[in-house]
Amino acid sequence: MKEITVDAMIENMNTVTAFVDDFLDQIACPMKSRIQINIVIDEIFGNICHYAYKDSVGAVTVRVESGNTPKAVFLTFTDNGIPYNPLDTEDPDITSSSEERKIGGLGIYLVKKNMDEMKYEYVNQQNRLWMEKRL
Amino acid sequence: MTINKKLEAAKLELLLEGRLDTTTSPMLEAELKQSIEGVTELVFDFEKLEYISSAGLRILLAAQKIMNKQGSMVVKNVNEIVAEVFEVTGFSDILTIE
Repeated sequence: MKEITVDAMIENMNTVTAFVDDFLDQIACPMKSRIQINIVIDEIFGNICHYAYKDSVGAVTVRVESGNTPKAVFLTFTDNGIPYNPLDTEDPDITSSSEERKIGGLGIYLVKKNMDEMKYEYVNQQNRLWMEKRL
Repeated sequence: MTINKKLEAAKLELLLEGRLDTTTSPMLEAELKQSIEGVTELVFDFEKLEYISSAGLRILLAAQKIMNKQGSMVVKNVNEIVAEVFEVTGFSDILTIE
């Protein structure tokens, strides 16, 4: 298990991605899964940076773990920002034309499609989003 | 991400290299804002693009809406990961992918 805590600022995106990539290298994560996890980090960390703390700056903790039966990666994002359950987000209408297309909700939808399992809880004034990606 | 730009008459070709995500999509947005005026043929070459997240999709959608009015837009040479993102999000139906 490895864990990093950074300020919820877009500037720290590369630090978090590199931190997780380093762990994924150690467990010989296949390239495709690794890129899918990179996309997930972009969506989730990006959301937290934009919405969790409004105009103030707060922290985000990212934890990455691996499991063996079945082989999997677990990612957990924890922040103290406003309560927000991404799993409540309605799936976007992915059939509408480019003119009618709304962009909202696409990020979380991509996360749902890239991960195998997700759980959200709000405990001790913390948002905790847990995700599993089977390898 | 780096953007390689080729402009010939009213044809603009953008070759993207790296990742089109939350951190880098403002670069592409700025480039389009600066260059898209008068363009009738917009080509995105994704041969060297590793992946795209929803932040990048947002920029492509905005570009598509502009090009619906003033010409055509094509996305070419997408890799497996990018193709899957387009497929899952329904973008494969609203973009012209070659």
